[in-house]
Amino acid sequence: MKTFKGRPVVPGTATATALVSHGGFNTLASFQGALQFGDKQAKCGDQNNADIYEKPMVGTALCLPQTIGSTTGGLVLYCAKVMERCPACMLFSEHIDSLAAAGAIIGSVWTDTPMPTVDCLGEEFLNTVKTGDKITVYEDGTVTVE
Amino acid sequence: MAMQLTAEQQAMLNGEQGEVMAKVMKTLVMYGETFGAERMVPVTSEKGHLVTSFGLKMMTPVFDLMDQLLNAGVTSKQKFSVDPKPFDPAVPSDFLKNFVFKKFMYSKQDSYNEQLRKMGLLDDNAYTCACYLDEVGNTPKKGDILSWAESSAVAYANSVIGARCNRNSGLIEMMGSIAGFVPDFGLLTDEGRKATWIIEVKCSKKPEAQILGSAIGMKVMEDVPFVKGMNEWLGNELNDDAKAYLKDFGAACASNGAVGLYHIEGLTPEAVELGDSLIAENAQVYVIDDAELERVKASYPVMWKNPDATPKLCFVGCPHMTMAQLKEWTNNVYEGLKKNGRSKVSVPTVFTAPPAVCDEFKKTDLYAKLQSTGVVLSYICPLMYMNNPLAKKMPVITNSNKLRTYTTSRYYTSEEILDIITKEAK
Repeated sequence: MKTFKGRPVVPGTATATALVSHGGFNTLASFQGALQFGDKQAKCGDQNNADIYEKPMVGTALCLPQTIGSTTGGLVLYCAKVMERCPACMLFSEHIDSLAAAGAIIGSVWTDTPMPTVDCLGEEFLNTVKTGDKITVYEDGTVTVE
Repeated sequence: MAMQLTAEQQAMLNGEQGEVMAKVMKTLVMYGETFGAERMVPVTSEKGHLVTSFGLKMMTPVFDLMDQLLNAGVTSKQKFSVDPKPFDPAVPSDFLKNFVFKKFMYSKQDSYNEQLRKMGLLDDNAYTCACYLDEVGNTPKKGDILSWAESSAVAYANSVIGARCNRNSGLIEMMGSIAGFVPDFGLLTDEGRKATWIIEVKCSKKPEAQILGSAIGMKVMEDVPFVKGMNEWLGNELNDDAKAYLKDFGAACASNGAVGLYHIEGLTPEAVELGDSLIAENAQVYVIDDAELERVKASYPVMWKNPDATPKLCFVGCPHMTMAQLKEWTNNVYEGLKKNGRSKVSVPTVFTAPPAVCDEFKKTDLYAKLQSTGVVLSYICPLMYMNNPLAKKMPVITNSNKLRTYTTSRYYTSEEILDIITKEAK
């Protein structure tokens, strides 16, 4: 088991299976099909993201450097949250970007069930964690990988 | 660090203007604190711009949130434009597509349009991603603080106009316009506008804007690039051609990566004013030559079921075209058809532009010329059109890297597109 310490952007606890995107996570491209066409597993629709394309995202510990792409990103994450198609938590190796931060924060302020979000976990986190690993997230931003 | 709020801002956070306004304020404060903002700064642009124009059923949580705001009497302090409408009867379609669009996908469009109107929409012509064009009338001034979203518009406003705006998400931009201030961080600060990448363009001919932007976006992600070597192609004056090029370049940077600001040596306002002093210490270098652009273009996956299929539709104008682009494309298609002994395009083709540009263009003689080629002029958002599951299966071609990124459409350069649509279909 390896332990990493990050910053809790939206504090919370979660245990989930890792889904790892080594490149930027394009929120709109990843979620739009799933939200629009009733895919409860929320399979990733981003053709440019070979790591996670067509893999289910719902309920996972989504590990990523940052999000990229359309500025609808934050509201798409918020919709995914309300529609229960979102990951269990989002874990950023880098400083969270403005779009993902908006989605996580709006989800935290405007819903009763915030999605734990941790950033600044470091490059080693993303080099270590593999899709399928068991992830545990703690309130203070500690993340364990096993 | 906790943000220092003014008495007015603190009162809003404490709920003195109601619970819903307090939530708006809490959202903005959390957003600012996540990025180390120490204060809020007033939004100084006359108008805002929102990214969400589509009444997609999947956006129901957003419509519910809008209802919460409107029911509490919370509206935008500034009028705003918004991204393009997701459908237009002028665009080639069929009964089934129309049914899916209106009855299934965009069943909330009319009620959402009404929500936007109540929130502060400028007028019914304000639906475009290129709100900064003169004809549309939402052009901020250099140095203005904006609360905008729409990645291509933010990149343009920051880079070509020299306004200051973060890459805000949809909803956040509206909350900034509601509150009248935004957290001071990132691209709003001098430090945040410094370039951490130097891009050295060493191409033998003018690089295609959409591929150059894509290459830079994929490389620098959300960082600020300072691009050198473009003056040979773009000159030293921000004329209509340069602005149109940068509009498309920036959209590709922003959608293929997350670029919110770029500087072009000797051309964009801050690069002209501040030169190399805009480059941060230890900036990384990315050299782009003909081979690199070829490599990037070849890396785009073809998402068609049959890669050899004959294209069924072509979109030009994502982001929306400028008047100059519309005129140039009209002449090029007309002349291309003439050269190939044809009178109509071989692939149903849609040119998209802001409603105000379409209106102006229709007053010119060129409109009849365009109509004679069979090309349709529309204010639609091609990206939203392509969200239709039926459209998704169609072999659609485009010269937009943004459209390619978010849909199954296939990218070709403008020259290739012109060739395809003006020759006999294969």
